Amino acid sequence: MDKGLQSEGKMIDVQQMIEKNKKKKSFGERIERIIPFFLLLCAAVSVLTTVGILFTLLRESIGFFSNVSLFDFYTGTSWSPWSGEYGVAPLIGGTLLITLIATLVAVPLGLMSAIFLSEYANDKVRRVIKPVLEVLAGIPTVVYGYFALTFITPMFQSFIPDLGIFNALSGGFVVGIMIIPMVASLSEDAMNSVPNALREGAYGLGATKLEVVFKVVLPAALSGIIASIVLAISRAIGETMIVTIAAGATPNLTFNPTESIQTMTAFIVQAATGDTTFGSTIYYSLYAVGMTLFIFTLVMNLIAQYISRKFREEY
Amino acid sequence: MNGVMEEKTNKKVNQGSAKPEVNKEGIKKEKANNIIEVSDLNLWYGSDQALYEVSMDVPEKQVTAIIGPSGCGKSTFLKTLNRMVEMVPIVKTSGSIKYRDQEIFSNKYKEEYLRTKVGMVFQKPNPFPKSVYDNVAYGPRIHGIKKKEVLDQIVEKSLKGAAIWDELKDRLNENAYGLSGGQQQRVCIARALAVEPDVILMDEPTSALDPISTAKVEELVQELKEKYSIIIVTHNMQQAARISDKTAFFLNGELIEFADTDDLFQNPHDKRTEDYITGRFG
Repeated sequence: MDKGLQSEGKMIDVQQMIEKNKKKKSFGERIERIIPFFLLLCAAVSVLTTVGILFTLLRESIGFFSNVSLFDFYTGTSWSPWSGEYGVAPLIGGTLLITLIATLVAVPLGLMSAIFLSEYANDKVRRVIKPVLEVLAGIPTVVYGYFALTFITPMFQSFIPDLGIFNALSGGFVVGIMIIPMVASLSEDAMNSVPNALREGAYGLGATKLEVVFKVVLPAALSGIIASIVLAISRAIGETMIVTIAAGATPNLTFNPTESIQTMTAFIVQAATGDTTFGSTIYYSLYAVGMTLFIFTLVMNLIAQYISRKFREEY
Repeated sequence: MNGVMEEKTNKKVNQGSAKPEVNKEGIKKEKANNIIEVSDLNLWYGSDQALYEVSMDVPEKQVTAIIGPSGCGKSTFLKTLNRMVEMVPIVKTSGSIKYRDQEIFSNKYKEEYLRTKVGMVFQKPNPFPKSVYDNVAYGPRIHGIKKKEVLDQIVEKSLKGAAIWDELKDRLNENAYGLSGGQQQRVCIARALAVEPDVILMDEPTSALDPISTAKVEELVQELKEKYSIIIVTHNMQQAARISDKTAFFLNGELIEFADTDDLFQNPHDKRTEDYITGRFG
């Protein structure tokens, strides 16, 4: 370094330059001190938003529960707010039905795709399939919604003749397709990070590929896989557009997937876009339903966090 | 590349001088049985050739050490013996390896079967993130042994065989990851013993261990050769001299010299072997 500088014909004393620069550094020092506060402010925005939303949800829900008792809300089995019946069970039932169908679709397909991508596909195939799979996650949910309504439902109708135009089955099915990439991609990451030394250890004992996958890789990646599933489920619970379009608007406490149902999210859309009077009980019921939905997804997220901590197999 | 060619021609001369050694020894021990016979083995990673015309007979129930500088192909050679090397998809091989007179490269030969006969211990201890018990029972389990009493016996026997039973008999349900490196490696050896293989391949099994653990593993190797044929790759020439009956010296993918360990270290026939064991390179 020194030689290079000398060869240009000048002597440069680096220490001297540092000293000189230090003297005019006060502005830089002030920035140095301000930056952390600025960064904290940015971080605070999302925290404050969360707190704000929670506060609003709670306050308005309390308004609702002064009209309708908490007990009636959670134990009633009939939801028809326009005639004053506020039993939330049909909405919860609808949400759970959609979530169940979506999970049944997404978990096997997602897991199998993940196993294929991580353990069987060669690099070339993986580099094509993985991005394509992730494109699935980028499709706007409204597109999924009318895909369910105009393509999946007619297709299902060809072998389930009494399937209604709006039904839980195609809604749930398409929600499932929507969350496949989440399960596949996160599970694949988890399996990929299982060290090769473990696979080699099993192969060295005469294990077949399938035995390595199911008895070494899957158990070692289990925490990541479960976390991906729980996250995907919580995404399915909160999914709105697909079920609003394809699953109908009939609050219906049923576990028959061929019927039209209504999820919590779909009710919120219906009430928020309809001519609901500000301050009416229906208006406040939005918040109570929203609060319930929030609790569901919160619990799922907490479970995901707990599981990924609890089942972490160190390797 | 030129260097390699040169050495290749040299090698032929050398093998000529090394071979009589093998024969002499063979006669001495009333024709020691060879458990693995390698002939004219070539191996390529894609277009890079890693092994050149390796021919070598591995004697039964002895310790055969493979030494050589990094990148000389000794680990590759070892992994070829149980076909683990084929896990790298671009690997191509030619030549023949016979395990107990059966060609392991033949299409009929199942590599899973081969690996239950030719077990392996790896450079870095690689226990599964499971309990000590489940680690050792893994092999028997995948091969269909499910009975608890039988597994209990196998686990105890294998851990005793790996000289770690006394240390771990009260900790069988602990995760093997909580053990020290030396203990982990001996659990891995126990795991390999649990399927009762015929041959055990060891790929620098002590390179990640401290001297005390190393001594324990070396001692263990001496005990194991009563029942198993052991092939051990090592960077450590003293180790090879201490524990092996025969030693093979690899350089640039070629087998330069293969002889009784005492002969090879005291009386190397090849200049390159001599240079290497006297520390002039490598």
